[in-house]
Amino acid sequence: MADISTDFLGIKSPNPFWLASAPPTDKFINVVRAFEAGWGGVVWKTLGSQVKNVSSRYSSVNYGGKRMMGFNNIELISDRPLDINLKEILEVVKMFPDRAMIVSLMADNDRKSWHDLIMKCEDAGAMGFELNFGCPHGMTERGMGAAVGQDPEIAKMVVEWVMEKATIPVITKLTPNVHSVVPTARAAVEGGTNALSLINTIQSVTGVDLDTLVPNPYVAGKSVFGGYCGPAVKPIALKMLTTVAQDPVASRVPVSGIGGVSTWKDAVEFMLLGATSVQVCTAAMTHGFRIVEDMCEGLNNWMDEKGYEKTTDFIGKSVEKITHWEDLDINFHHIAKINQDKCIHCGLCYIACEDTSHQSINVERGNPYNNYTIKEEECVGCNLCKLVCPVDECITMEEHRVAPEYVNWKDWQAQGLPLNDH
Amino acid sequence: MSIKNNRLTTAEYEENFTDIHPPFETPDAALVEANRCLFCYDPPCMKSCPTSINVPKFIKQIATENLKGSAHTIFSSNIMGAGCSKVCPVEKLCEGACVYNLMHETPIHIAKLQRYSTEKAMDNNWQLFERKPSTGKRVAIIGAGPAGLSCAHTLSREGIDVTIYEKESKGGGLMTYGIAAYKVTPEFCEDEVNYITSIGGIDIKYNQELGKNVTVEELKRNYDAVYLAFGVGLARQLDIAGEHLEGVEDAIKFIYELRNNDYSKIAVGDKVAVIGMGMTAIDAATQAKRLGASDVTLVYRRTQDEMPCTEHELNIAKLDGCKIIWLAAPKEIKGDNGKVSQLVCDVMKLGDPDESGRRSPVVSGETFTLEVDMVIKAAGQMPFETLVKNNSFENNKGKVAVTDKALTNQEGVFAGGDCVNGGREVVDAVQAGKDGAAAIVKYLFGQDYILDCELKPTFNN
Repeated sequence: MADISTDFLGIKSPNPFWLASAPPTDKFINVVRAFEAGWGGVVWKTLGSQVKNVSSRYSSVNYGGKRMMGFNNIELISDRPLDINLKEILEVVKMFPDRAMIVSLMADNDRKSWHDLIMKCEDAGAMGFELNFGCPHGMTERGMGAAVGQDPEIAKMVVEWVMEKATIPVITKLTPNVHSVVPTARAAVEGGTNALSLINTIQSVTGVDLDTLVPNPYVAGKSVFGGYCGPAVKPIALKMLTTVAQDPVASRVPVSGIGGVSTWKDAVEFMLLGATSVQVCTAAMTHGFRIVEDMCEGLNNWMDEKGYEKTTDFIGKSVEKITHWEDLDINFHHIAKINQDKCIHCGLCYIACEDTSHQSINVERGNPYNNYTIKEEECVGCNLCKLVCPVDECITMEEHRVAPEYVNWKDWQAQGLPLNDH
Repeated sequence: MSIKNNRLTTAEYEENFTDIHPPFETPDAALVEANRCLFCYDPPCMKSCPTSINVPKFIKQIATENLKGSAHTIFSSNIMGAGCSKVCPVEKLCEGACVYNLMHETPIHIAKLQRYSTEKAMDNNWQLFERKPSTGKRVAIIGAGPAGLSCAHTLSREGIDVTIYEKESKGGGLMTYGIAAYKVTPEFCEDEVNYITSIGGIDIKYNQELGKNVTVEELKRNYDAVYLAFGVGLARQLDIAGEHLEGVEDAIKFIYELRNNDYSKIAVGDKVAVIGMGMTAIDAATQAKRLGASDVTLVYRRTQDEMPCTEHELNIAKLDGCKIIWLAAPKEIKGDNGKVSQLVCDVMKLGDPDESGRRSPVVSGETFTLEVDMVIKAAGQMPFETLVKNNSFENNKGKVAVTDKALTNQEGVFAGGDCVNGGREVVDAVQAGKDGAAAIVKYLFGQDYILDCELKPTFNN
């Protein structure tokens, strides 16, 4: 059995699955249920000055009959009094001393407010703080949340204020609502943060009601931009995580990965791209806390299969595999192959290739079933046919190198090799 | 043993004749199924539909909640799409061709989805087609069955005024009179006829029989063209001794009575033999059982490999408790006081292939006897040979002979459906009606004229 326990800045958790700062971590009852279900840690919903929420608060994007492919919210930080939250945190920490308890914070944008908030929260028994520099709605208008994370200078300043007082590890949570997360990540590291977490939610409009013409979520005939998360944002989160993992400054500190993590596979991908732990919210809000069981079992089985004994054996292993386009091997070429025994003659590969790609699939009309084969000389190896094929392993990509040697774009230009092969 | 009616309670009749293919209970259920469709290109389901309904398109339209579009897609190809969703042997047509079968997965429930869209359209009386301005042309159609109605609707869309002469008092043809009551109700059939004719320009004259109330000659004189869609007649004779005995029934007549009367009024034997293994034989056998017969046996002279009905239909009969005897041909019906008491059958064996390519059954010399009080004949239907010949139509064993899908040997007279093909599915008749209408329109307006229904419903190159 692999060891899936996690050590994040000395904060130990039995597994790398934490619940992100969000509605599921707002109260004693939720967090106790989460820990009973087996979650390795939680980031308690952001504490700060007293706020008031509206109704409704969530909306989602369904796709192909599947609900909650994407999810957004317009909820603010915890709207419960600070002292109640702190009392409950203390209680939970006593009940579950082996779990990671991080408290998310967001203070008014001045040094004293941050100092006061940290001093109030230090005694709650939490093992670390997470600075909410990412909340994209409600708080930004007050100069907080993403308003901080979107400006590296301000972010650095706030981190410095925090580090003056904090005696427990500090994680800075980054907003994705920027052209690159790296400047803020660097600024936070330079300001002294002990770790980073990313991504927060992405500003969004999930849809418009075609009867009322009011976008979602609906609040008395109006809506606002909400923070988008869930499976839909995972690819964006992975990209941003990679840019942090590849940056020499930002990568000095550990990262907690967030953004559409729904399964153990998603978690492994985040970890391969540099995350030490992962944080989950939408998947739990869709299915409840029980999903952590399979996350632990799946991770364990995968690690056993691959021979990894502990998570640090594979964390970050894929970071170096994302390179620059101009370093890719131009002589690498692969060609689609349709396994005729597996083909169900749905024609999806054909019409995708014919209408939108490279006209590289032959059709031999039949009644009722057509036969489809690859025009090998036309195929550019784009993968589209394989991606749309509903049968697993029916279309495979077979390697046919153009030449044995590695040649990248820079070499190609330097050697004056021909550009146009049409 | 005797033939009698009123064998069951009202509740039992109701339960036995309830819809065998219930609809989706909720829109969500339809959505889940619609989203399962892969949206194939040049789809095998569409190619397997005699009317070429663009199945993936209409299913996609259910998934996008464009139900009006979905119903339009269906009705554009098949104006009886609602009825077909209930009576089509989809297991050998669209659903049988669904690529999920090749993955050993349950095929998409196409018929059920089609019913979902078309029922919505009928319930809301969505008018999905607009008549072109009147052309002043008038066409007479004989028979308000699937072929006649389909032809009429297609012609009406082109601005042609249609008069249908129907010998029964209701439209729908075999849909109304010849199909098991647990598949379609009389009310549905009536609604469907009304929905089809609601486009306007179609006048159905009921209780008007060709040769009795109206003649081909007079129609040719009074209309710009005539379309024959009078279907087929009674069941094929067995030509064996005892066929005249009381208790020997014609399956078509049996089902006709059943569809026209209260179930409790329909007399059925206690022990019933049904001759044949086509769809009508199955419908007769299962309904005899559902009317309260204690013992129903289907007798077929060939084997399961050659049977005309689908396996799905056979299973309905089996689940109803009908017995099946393969390789048995009726030899003689014996009676007692003029009433059926026994059916004597030859045991058959398979010989060389016949003209249909199927191995033909030959007498083995052995016989067996079934104790029965009712024999239902369902070994194919007879064309209206006399009617066809009396009107000087070229014929093919009594069926109207046509060239180019719909042209008879008489100018301005066209034909299609069962009276031409000898008796096939409703969906085949609908396509025949479309073909007939196309031929008529081109005859009236020129060969280059393109009908609305000929415009490709989708880009499928």
